Amino acid sequence: MTAGKLLGWLKKPGDKVRRGDVIAEVDTDKGVIEVEVFQDGIIESLLVKEDEKLPVGTVLAIIKDAEPTEPEALAEVSPAVTFPITNEGRMRLHASPVARKLAEQLGIDLKNVKGTGPKGRIQREDVENAAKSPTILQIEMDEGRTATEEPERHARMRQAIASAMARSKREIPHYYLGTTIDVTRALEWLAAENTRRPVKDRILYSVLLLKAVALALRDTPELNATWENNKLNLIGTINIGTAISLRRCGLIAPALKETDKQNLDSLMKNLRDLVQRARTGELRSSELSDSTITVTNIGEQGAETVYGVIYPPQVALVGFGRVYEGVSVLDGRIKACRLINATLAADHRASDGHRGSLFLSAVDRLLQEPERL
Amino acid sequence: MTRDEIKTKVLEILCEIAPETDPQTIKPEVNFRDQIDLDSMDYLNFVIALDERFHADIPEQDYTKFVSLNACVDELERLLPPERTEKHSFFIHSKVKQ
Repeated sequence: MTAGKLLGWLKKPGDKVRRGDVIAEVDTDKGVIEVEVFQDGIIESLLVKEDEKLPVGTVLAIIKDAEPTEPEALAEVSPAVTFPITNEGRMRLHASPVARKLAEQLGIDLKNVKGTGPKGRIQREDVENAAKSPTILQIEMDEGRTATEEPERHARMRQAIASAMARSKREIPHYYLGTTIDVTRALEWLAAENTRRPVKDRILYSVLLLKAVALALRDTPELNATWENNKLNLIGTINIGTAISLRRCGLIAPALKETDKQNLDSLMKNLRDLVQRARTGELRSSELSDSTITVTNIGEQGAETVYGVIYPPQVALVGFGRVYEGVSVLDGRIKACRLINATLAADHRASDGHRGSLFLSAVDRLLQEPERL
Repeated sequence: MTRDEIKTKVLEILCEIAPETDPQTIKPEVNFRDQIDLDSMDYLNFVIALDERFHADIPEQDYTKFVSLNACVDELERLLPPERTEKHSFFIHSKVKQ
């Protein structure tokens, strides 16, 4: 990402803000992102206007506090991440701040409101009209509204991915390790667990994989890091970036924050939420920039093995192929089992194969005791 | 609920989960995953939606009975008593009528 365009302010001068509050929406080549503030304070002034083009690093607003005044800049997000462009998400987010506020007050879902502003932007009047309409709850999509913009957006997204992946292969000396993990026990445990749960509370096996990776990273911190300014920067928190396919529109890897500290229920809930918001364009800027490592799970229908390309400036990517049936030999006996191939693509400047192997062994060991995850 | 009504509802759910889906092109006998890009999260959401809208309690081991449109309709027809009304559908319908 090199630039964005301010779509609208959600705060005004004099408003109190808290760390994590969303203050603006910016349209970028990764889609519409919400800009958060990273400190508590009061908005002193807004320095850019709606529809203004913003190179990355542009100071957007001044936030004053008891502390000395600090500018809030348009954050650079990881160049590897991209943003969804589903019609649903674009329609929902392509609304003026006033329209959003009014819709919230009236309890109207902006997905169901037709925008009449520039490029289909939802205005205040559109929300007012929608409130009067008895058909507001009809589930329908206006396919034509953004159709003309879609190819361009798709192309820009591919460019963003291309830029990050080319940089990765150009700068990062990757090494690759792979191991086969018997997941029979983990899957049996999960099946028994899910039998006891209503469908809404069931857990996907990918959550077990994420938790196992997060716990294993505690013992190999050099994989949970970035390589910047020619040195390794260890990161204290483990925020796994989870690769989410946007179907025909590329992929995105938002962060599951503090993955290692969440239990499986919490992880499942947050993963569902993340996937849904990734596909409807409601991710927050910090979720796009805070990943400390990436996990890609190729899924049940995919290939057996995935060899990843690291998202710079991260230093590792863990890949899981699909679960397949095989045999394992234990104590001289052959038994049928279900297997998964786990791979590690890692930056050789930051770690070496021995440490990477220890990491994969830890993931294997953790998956043999799923009840402890 | 008739077979056609069940089919319509199932297609509606699919289109919500995978908005790029054209219901006209869905081949009823072909596995969903061979014609729509559904991952495991999508499939779980699909089953959750079936559960919510048809009040059909679907155990995880029975997911394989819902892999195609025809299979879904067969299984839901078997599970649903004929008089069962689908709540969500009724709600939307009544609002539209106002």
